[in-house]
Amino acid sequence: MFKKRIIAGIFGLAAMSAGASDASAETIKLALIEGLSGPFAANGQAALREYEFAADYFINSKGGVNGGTKVEFLGLDNKTSPKESLIQLKNAIGQGARFVFQGNSSGVAHAIVDGVNKHNERNPDEKVLYINYAAVDPALTNDSCSFWHFRFDPNADQKMFAITEVIAKRADIKKIYLIGQDYSFGKAVAAAARLYLSQKRPDIEIVGDELHPIGKVKDFTPYVTKIKASGADAVITGNWGSDMVNLARASVDVGVTADFFTYYAAGTGITAAIGEAGKNRIRVVSEDHRNPPGSSAWIDYMKAFKAKYPENDLVYPRVATAIAMLANAMNAAKSTDPQKVAMALEGMEYTRLDGTKVKMRASDHQIQMPLNISVHTNEDITWDYDNSGYGTHVESTIPADKVELPTSCKMERPS
Amino acid sequence: MLEITIFSLLNGTVYGLLLFMLSSGLTLIFSMMGILNFAHASFYMLGAYFGYTISSHIGFWPGLIFAPLIVGVMGALLERYALRHVHKHGHVAELIFTFGLAFLLEELTQFFWGTDQQAYKGPSLLDFPLFTLFDANFPAYKAFMLLISIGIFLGLLLVLTRTRVGLIIQAAITHPNMVNMLGHNVPFVFMATFGVGTALAGLAGTIAGPVMGTYPGMAHDLGSIVFVVVVFGGLGSLAGALVASLMIGIIQTFAVGLNYSVSDFLVTIGVSFPADHFLHDIWTMTLPQVAPLIPYLMLILILIFRPMGLFGTRET
Repeated sequence: MFKKRIIAGIFGLAAMSAGASDASAETIKLALIEGLSGPFAANGQAALREYEFAADYFINSKGGVNGGTKVEFLGLDNKTSPKESLIQLKNAIGQGARFVFQGNSSGVAHAIVDGVNKHNERNPDEKVLYINYAAVDPALTNDSCSFWHFRFDPNADQKMFAITEVIAKRADIKKIYLIGQDYSFGKAVAAAARLYLSQKRPDIEIVGDELHPIGKVKDFTPYVTKIKASGADAVITGNWGSDMVNLARASVDVGVTADFFTYYAAGTGITAAIGEAGKNRIRVVSEDHRNPPGSSAWIDYMKAFKAKYPENDLVYPRVATAIAMLANAMNAAKSTDPQKVAMALEGMEYTRLDGTKVKMRASDHQIQMPLNISVHTNEDITWDYDNSGYGTHVESTIPADKVELPTSCKMERPS
Repeated sequence: MLEITIFSLLNGTVYGLLLFMLSSGLTLIFSMMGILNFAHASFYMLGAYFGYTISSHIGFWPGLIFAPLIVGVMGALLERYALRHVHKHGHVAELIFTFGLAFLLEELTQFFWGTDQQAYKGPSLLDFPLFTLFDANFPAYKAFMLLISIGIFLGLLLVLTRTRVGLIIQAAITHPNMVNMLGHNVPFVFMATFGVGTALAGLAGTIAGPVMGTYPGMAHDLGSIVFVVVVFGGLGSLAGALVASLMIGIIQTFAVGLNYSVSDFLVTIGVSFPADHFLHDIWTMTLPQVAPLIPYLMLILILIFRPMGLFGTRET
């Protein structure tokens, strides 16, 4: 009896899903390839949540793009590994997705750019477009640039340029320690820090330049002990995900009093881990502008997200920008053909929900936008992270034209 | 340099003893039942998650007591109602069973607690620097971890060597049939050992969660190291597990603290390579960069030169 019921249930489900796919003839698939399990699962899951939300907010709830085409996100787990990503890329294409999204880990991003380039060359009839929203290795929009890749996050050089603008004005910082993850992104951060510090503050001594294995170190105490022993006034790190949480936690325990300039020390548990100990000492560079919140449109968006996911924070504000610009490009191209959409995205200007103007630079497909340096605090925080009462408050803004850096990209466009 | 030495030694010991708490259970279970429990580190993870949940409701200290107990009871029930049946089908079936169990437990924790790292905090009572040396703090919580681990080791040692229960356990390890004939309930001894082993893993998780992080991948991350410890120390040897844990803990911590590379060593003996040498990346790789690889390197070396492990007696 019970077994029969289960079987009937399975058939029922199958029938339902078959019905759903019939009704969604006007739905196109977008694939998010991220580490949805493993050490960086929190970031991958956050991205999937925010993409699904943004797709509903900007596209599906407004009747779709091009007068009725709706979108649906596929979440594909690559375990943050380049090799698995290529398998998932094939999987995504096999399932009919022509737009691929990825952001966590530049190592993965390089693999996907490569995979997409090759695929498009071999299959001119089913081209694929890659939307990168967080992999910020500068090479992706310089020497390794591709027509099929668009980056919606300022790259590591731009972010470091903004950080060093702030450090340049801090006469109290004389010694800096660099620590990062041992892969292309961590190395890019360290190289950019050395370059811009030597230009803007040649007097600063770099007392440590360390790379640790990505996602493997659980207790950062030995590293933090070295930072402490070096007498550094400030630490620069590009660490993200669990590597940032654990670095912050160990720094709090050992009692590091240096200032931290970071790329990603906010949200997904990091803010809660830092807590009171990091107040006014931890800074983050990003496009984020939630405290003080900008326009009412941005507040509405964050409120709608929080209403749907009270336990989670919006950690990738640029996901909203990426989806909104993609929708605009599809509408402008009157098509969902990846090549036509890519043509429409080139040079596109857009006003973000918070009122900031951004532009997708055509020469290298790198978005240009102002960068904010925000500080970790619990004062004047309307939108906190991790429900901890702490959040990031914008301290200074570096305008877009100042962080617009030259590119070495020689783009090959399809004819 | 002196401060890095002292702190590396302290931190390495804390980490090493934590590894011991995990590997002692694993090695006990292996020596008695012949089961290489792949899901052992999952019980460590469960300990951390239960500790976190209990601590967020009624405080850290009740969590410290109840979380390992719950994990231990779960372990015992698992042995009684699942593993014992699988046991009939041989060791391969057991191995695959525990292997699958590890994945199941990881997925279940994600299902119940989500994929984010949990904000599991140590007790506020121990939230102060125990002492400050060269301007760096040694957290009281780490000293507490140290004490608990040493206590567990001494307790295990006393129980196994000085009590009647320990006598029966030791006998059951080598001669289970004989012990059964003498009227002891060997299946019960197995169940209890499995329960105590998993409870130890749970305790390790409960006290390590606030320091090492409480997240779904934690079992996976530590699981492989624990196997290295058990194999390195010798399967089934408690003393071996202790020595191997401390060795791996201290060596790994020191490796992070010392910024040396092969090229530094080569320079001292008068050999140097140009910066564009095709192996330049390997020469300049520093110890901290390879620190996490060291345990696995040790594993391979011991398997080549002494396959039974440091203190092991049988070749398995």
